[in-house]
Amino acid sequence: MPRQIADPNPDRTMQAVWDVARSFGLDPFPTHFEIVPAAMVYEFGAYGIPGRFSHWTHGKAFYHMKTMYDYGLSKIYELVINANPSQAFLLDTNDALENKMVMAHVLGHTDFFKNNLYFADTNRKMPESVSVNADRIARYEFEHGLLAVERFLDAALSLKEHIARQPDNAVSRNPAAKDEESGAVGTPYEDVLSIGVARPEAKAEDRVKKIPERPEHDLLYFLIAYARDLEDWQRDILAVVREEMIYFLPQMRTKIINEGWASYWHYRIMDALDLPADEYASFSRMHSGVVSPGGRMHINPYYVGFKVLEDIERRWDNPTDEEQQQLGRVPGQGRAKLFEVRETESDQTLLRKYLTEELVRDLDLYTYKLVDDEWQVADTNWRTVRDTLVAGLDNFGLPVIVVADGDYRNNRELYLEHRYEGTELDIRYAEKTLQHVFFIWNRTVHLETLIDGKKVRLTYDGKRNSKTVV
Amino acid sequence: MSTTMSISENDWSLHRKGPKDQARHQEKVREAIKGQLGEIISNESIITSDGTKIVKVPVRSLEEYSFRYDPFKKGGVGQGSGDSKPGDVIGQVPQQQPGRGRTAGDQPGIDYYETEFSIDELAEMIFADLGLPNLKQKGQQEVVSERLRFDDVRPVGILPNLDKKRSILQAMKRQAMTRGTSMHDPGSAGVLPVPGPAVRQLHRPGSDEPGSAGILPVPEILDEDEEHLEHPSALHIKKDDLRYRTWNVTHELQHNAVVIAMRDVSGSMGEFEKYITRAFYFWMVRFLRTKYSSVQIAFITHHTEAKEVDEQTFFSLGESGGTRVSSAYKLCLDIIDHRYPADRWNIYPFHFSDGDNWGDDDNAICVKLVKQLLQRCNLFGYGEIKEEAYSRWASSSLMSAFADIISPEFVAITIKSKEDVYPALRKFFAKPAVPA
Repeated sequence: MPRQIADPNPDRTMQAVWDVARSFGLDPFPTHFEIVPAAMVYEFGAYGIPGRFSHWTHGKAFYHMKTMYDYGLSKIYELVINANPSQAFLLDTNDALENKMVMAHVLGHTDFFKNNLYFADTNRKMPESVSVNADRIARYEFEHGLLAVERFLDAALSLKEHIARQPDNAVSRNPAAKDEESGAVGTPYEDVLSIGVARPEAKAEDRVKKIPERPEHDLLYFLIAYARDLEDWQRDILAVVREEMIYFLPQMRTKIINEGWASYWHYRIMDALDLPADEYASFSRMHSGVVSPGGRMHINPYYVGFKVLEDIERRWDNPTDEEQQQLGRVPGQGRAKLFEVRETESDQTLLRKYLTEELVRDLDLYTYKLVDDEWQVADTNWRTVRDTLVAGLDNFGLPVIVVADGDYRNNRELYLEHRYEGTELDIRYAEKTLQHVFFIWNRTVHLETLIDGKKVRLTYDGKRNSKTVV
Repeated sequence: MSTTMSISENDWSLHRKGPKDQARHQEKVREAIKGQLGEIISNESIITSDGTKIVKVPVRSLEEYSFRYDPFKKGGVGQGSGDSKPGDVIGQVPQQQPGRGRTAGDQPGIDYYETEFSIDELAEMIFADLGLPNLKQKGQQEVVSERLRFDDVRPVGILPNLDKKRSILQAMKRQAMTRGTSMHDPGSAGVLPVPGPAVRQLHRPGSDEPGSAGILPVPEILDEDEEHLEHPSALHIKKDDLRYRTWNVTHELQHNAVVIAMRDVSGSMGEFEKYITRAFYFWMVRFLRTKYSSVQIAFITHHTEAKEVDEQTFFSLGESGGTRVSSAYKLCLDIIDHRYPADRWNIYPFHFSDGDNWGDDDNAICVKLVKQLLQRCNLFGYGEIKEEAYSRWASSSLMSAFADIISPEFVAITIKSKEDVYPALRKFFAKPAVPA
């Protein structure tokens, strides 16, 4: 018995949208749309991808989205997975108009996933991998107990973003890439397990070589490779967390440009669908709701992305005389330029190159800071705003933490360093996170950072946190 | 065809992953709440409520620790609506407490959600491992009482048990979902324009949301003739929305126990002293009523004279007059000897005062009376409220007179601040109830 859904003819809707998208030159992955109840959309949203392992943090995100949804405060219209074929989920309460817009938006995304450089190495079969990983973790829960697994996941997840091998590396090295051709699934941690096996030799080398030879940015990798007192299942969990985060990294790196791209295209596709006037009016309203100025303390990626891309199109459609003469730009290349941009840029490079003085002014962007108990606008100078925005995206807006020494004081203590770049750490959080690191490393751990201009070493020895001025 | 559509055939109703993980999160939050109990107990809005309402306790959802920048030192980039200028104020942070660093709760965009606990649920959590000490088997016979506890809510039930508030809330939820009306959420707002929890920013550059879940904000629907959820008269409540309170049957052993609550209402009891007394007794009464169905409570107020009163008067009576503590203890003895003979009752008198008695003579009488009471009681609890600044009066207080009393059934504590209320409760009710 078919379930009640709000769009009477979703197949037809989809075909129409697809045809228009293709006619514009969009090149999405084959995309499978599935109509599901709201609960599933916000569940998948919370987990990032269907089938992911259980953890209370996912439950918390799920509850958060559900609450927002239940109180009508927000609606996850669209959810699309970077995979080939892509999967996208539509609310069963979407009517035909909403579905058109969402599908158009989704196809923008899947085109982006397929064509943007930063996604080139991602595992397009991730949904299966994730499922396999989740099953394995469930088995560990059964074998070793829910609490033990949860505790270990808590620790692993606290470090999950610190996995870039080098800063700003465009294509994060994914062990899975090697296995892609063989189609092997669930083996990306093979090299990691082999590290464990090779340990006896590594041990001898440890004494000769400094571990790590050079400061290591990929904290999870380091722990997988060098933490000694881990059981195989624990090492596996670290590898799973790392593998899944590596998959998500490109999406984190391209939020603004991707949402801008998808918004740009839903707008043009809807326009091309020749909707009757009242439907178009409804669509306009929906669009304005999505693509609207952000809050006073954050920008809306949909809005900024959309505006920047429209601006690029305008400028490359109408180059100035100077641009034509000196740079050889030919009018009418706006759309082509956009396709190029979608292939090569990340949020940082997009904003660095294409956030102009006019845009900063038109969007009324500013930097802000805390003055006593008030947040105040600090600077409206466009270069400052642009540079602050771009710098804020460094390392996903997170501090750079590296492993400096895996054998500090010749006592196998772990020495981490915060690469200070002008902003201090949240010390309370750092102390708690050190406890998590200790849990994995199993020996005293240190973190060197700057507090009030002074070099300080935070330490956790298994019993208490301490601070020493260096 | 490179694009395909399917209407999900799966029976998602059986899928419980999200709720299951949320349940685990909730469990951890509850554990964390236990750490916050001291604060919750002395929370004024709970004490002053009429006790029947469901109290919304703002609980931070569990924090997920990681290496991150200090949010107060970070600053960032925001967006205005026109011509923002340096110096424009775009947000506020609560006053930093002297001596306390900024807490997580002060940060922009910290994740709060309001958990709804009834006061009884809170009491249950707070008193989970507490009980009436030295509870003995007394009275004629062990009576197993079937206690009906109205603590469940279900979609079916009888009309007299209709939970109107929940039903309306359910209807609102349903309507919001199908109609899509909502507050305008710009998608990266720090605070939503509804009274209630501050909500985490949904979008940040480099956000930690991995998936490409577009949390698209719901647009405001501006039509004049559209129904607004703010007008309850425009709300259509469907049968499916109705929620009924219903009961669970629990079995309890019956002990004969009586608690005699004594309260100093003399003029010397100031705002602070009154507040502490009310806070303590509020939770005590709650605790007793939820844990022991058959416990009796007698209420005594006193200044120079003592009077037995009902519960409502006990809590609401104002202060005046001088202090003669002995009057209260005499009345207490009276009540015991006439109504609650010690051989058949477990007796627990409590007295809260600022210790400022009429004089040393009366103090001596009190000591004698307490000793007499101790012959009859399981526990005599005395709480002296001495706000920090006034501790120099300690030497002439009742507490120093009680120093002579050494008995395991006599427990005396000093309360100097709101934070001491919870420890006081734990001290008095320290021993778990001894089962038959």
